[in-house]
Amino acid sequence: MIVHNHEVVIIGAGMAGLRAALEVSKVGDVAVLTKVYPTRSHSGAAQGGMAAALGNLDGDNWEFHMFDTVKGSDYLGDQDAIEFMCRNAPELMYEVEHMGTPFSRTPEGKIAQRRFGGHTLNFGEKPALRACYSADYTGHVVLHCLYDQCVKNSVRFYSEFQVTYLIVKDGICRGIAAWDIRNGGLHVFNTKAVLFATGGYGRVYRITSNALANTGDGLGLALRAGLPLEDMEFVQFHPTGLYRSGILMTEGARGEGAYLLNKDGERFMKRYAPTLMELAPRDLTSRSIQTEINEGRGVQSPEQQAKGEPGDAVYLDLRHLGREKLKAVLPQIFDIAENFMGIDPAKDPVPIQPTSHYSMGGIPVTIQGRVIRDAQSTEVPGLYAAGECACVSIHGANRLGCNSTLDATFHGRHVGRTIARDLPSLSYHDLPPEAMREAQAEMNWYFDRSSGTENVADIRGELQNTMQKNVAIFREEKALTAQLDIIQNLQRRFKNIHINDRNQRFNTEVMEAYELGNLLNFVETIVVGALEREECRGAHWRTDHPGRNDVEWLKHTLAYREDGKIRLDYKPVVITRFQPKERKY
Amino acid sequence: MQYTLRVYRYDPESGQPGRLVDYTVELEKGATVLDALGEIKAHQDGSLVYRRSCRSGICGSCAMKINGFNRLACETQVESLGRKPIHVEPLPGFKPIKDLVVDLEPFWNNLHRTLPWLINPNPPPTDKERPQSPEEFAWLEMPMTCILCASCTSSCPSFWADRTYLGPAALNKAFRYEFDTRDQGFGQRRDTLDNRHGLWRCHTIMNCNDCCPKHIRITEEISWLKRKVVEEKY
Repeated sequence: MIVHNHEVVIIGAGMAGLRAALEVSKVGDVAVLTKVYPTRSHSGAAQGGMAAALGNLDGDNWEFHMFDTVKGSDYLGDQDAIEFMCRNAPELMYEVEHMGTPFSRTPEGKIAQRRFGGHTLNFGEKPALRACYSADYTGHVVLHCLYDQCVKNSVRFYSEFQVTYLIVKDGICRGIAAWDIRNGGLHVFNTKAVLFATGGYGRVYRITSNALANTGDGLGLALRAGLPLEDMEFVQFHPTGLYRSGILMTEGARGEGAYLLNKDGERFMKRYAPTLMELAPRDLTSRSIQTEINEGRGVQSPEQQAKGEPGDAVYLDLRHLGREKLKAVLPQIFDIAENFMGIDPAKDPVPIQPTSHYSMGGIPVTIQGRVIRDAQSTEVPGLYAAGECACVSIHGANRLGCNSTLDATFHGRHVGRTIARDLPSLSYHDLPPEAMREAQAEMNWYFDRSSGTENVADIRGELQNTMQKNVAIFREEKALTAQLDIIQNLQRRFKNIHINDRNQRFNTEVMEAYELGNLLNFVETIVVGALEREECRGAHWRTDHPGRNDVEWLKHTLAYREDGKIRLDYKPVVITRFQPKERKY
Repeated sequence: MQYTLRVYRYDPESGQPGRLVDYTVELEKGATVLDALGEIKAHQDGSLVYRRSCRSGICGSCAMKINGFNRLACETQVESLGRKPIHVEPLPGFKPIKDLVVDLEPFWNNLHRTLPWLINPNPPPTDKERPQSPEEFAWLEMPMTCILCASCTSSCPSFWADRTYLGPAALNKAFRYEFDTRDQGFGQRRDTLDNRHGLWRCHTIMNCNDCCPKHIRITEEISWLKRKVVEEKY
């Protein structure tokens, strides 16, 4: 076991991790651990834009952005945090541009902005031009720009390191353990501060826009260290995933004017969101699509047509935008439709279906990015989180498009500043030998599974299929209860997994098994949170409990794992400017 | 539909040279080479090693040599490769680590040598962007889509012969900053570019153009860079 000392270790090299690294590297010794090379991080898959009320093309201002975010969150977002982010978003955007990110431009040479779901002018009057974009490569170019800046500032990277253990003792974070994927072997990092920027967990579902690497590693480790996870029942399904694979087709397509059509060629969104139509927020749009499918108005695949089965897709229709415009402003999704479906989107509509996309919940943090351990906001010294793995809470029960790239970059920078400020008062703490033994024993267990009989891919597939069926867009008690039993059964089976490869170097069989073990460790928090929350709010929709219930449920969920069971607690929502109202679009 | 994949297997610890192993897999319509590898790993041999992440053509992890051509496994449909066994091998030109995984450190090091960041000594305006016209941005639209998958550099015979040659990916990055109107870094990058292991090692073989999954015309960019160097010199 190799022991390293770094004042600050950041886990994850997406937008949040890289932006934080830039900040911390100004004052301290920082190392970034990432299980893929930094530019492979999934922030790069964000397409449509990054929200900031620059008002380059209309009379936008940050208060409209704040209102939209609060309303989009179904009033579960903490308004002090939302105000802080939206008010400072323009300044952050300019900083991202000054660093060298290429942006599409207005004729006057300003950053170009497009429409996006749920973003409006004058508190819901009409769509706002708020999403700053770079064709449909926005996440990609911001990620690469931040990486370039990290190279410039000589940030130390440990690429292809899988974090496996979070060392918290006596309420203080002391470091982490990580597996060196390339060479094999466990490394322990003794730290003053650890920042989790580990991203989301879309891989818990069968249909997802997420990368294979998005397995919520930070969430599992936090839960195992006795810390709670917040609002895990709120999982975003993006309305337009490519049929079957779930690959993202940006909301920017609808921002540019694309339609959603059912099998009758009807623009059905007029029945669900008469004002904003296709630019309604994601929770509402995904539910509308799923309703069309459930009520028999879905588009059939050729196989379904042959068998006479009902269709489980709708169309994203881009044809009227014209080939030239598509190639100019949406080149990536043009290629995706061609490469993955064999469809020319200028000629034919593209079949899509909702796809698991984003976790509104995560590791609870203060606005400053410090991880908290309870409803009283007791901080865990030395532990921080930012980006999708964190819950500030900005997004509440439903995130607006383009607010995640903003959130990750904004809070990445902000938590970096917090850590820089905290560093003088933080110190190294002893690494408890029992934690190091436990971390090593865990990895040894994975390398000693040749006598097991259960197939890892089968367990993973069953988890994904059943989550898709029982805990997706529409939820009800019976299916949720059944899912808990299914998960517990899968957890039992996992103890008997078979791993063939005993090689220490580049053993991705072990790594995939480790990721599954981690998913199985925290996935119950999604289900238990959903089971207990008997209301409809944002992305959490209980068909057996219609309507939002502010009297009982205007509160954040905190989920702990104690004695093998999930225990829930609750935390109040911060409401400042905007009182909860009925949410209509 | 059944497909046979002829996959390069190599384990440095075995002391044996690499070899091609046949796997037959049952795949659905629309399946990609990455799906096929995933199926082999899931149900035939878990020890098969390859890099992958986004499976949507944006992260750049899964570039490999498929039927003799560097491309992304995730966006290559098996159906498009014909009915003969599909050859899947690691990217050439880099040291093999295990199976389909190669050592990309030289690739990253070359990239970093081009000073791949915006260089501009003048402070930016406060509370607004540095202006840039749509026409000026158009110069960046092609190079900015590079996903650093290394397909190009790995396909370049000049790079095979000279490992200190920057290679097409690094030169694309240099182009991306050199032709950004906001950048003034030419003075700092010139010596790395105007060098026998820099621009002048490109012999316009154009393999890079052919295999780039983002259709970047890298050789053309290299020509623009050469022209810039010459114009500044004479």
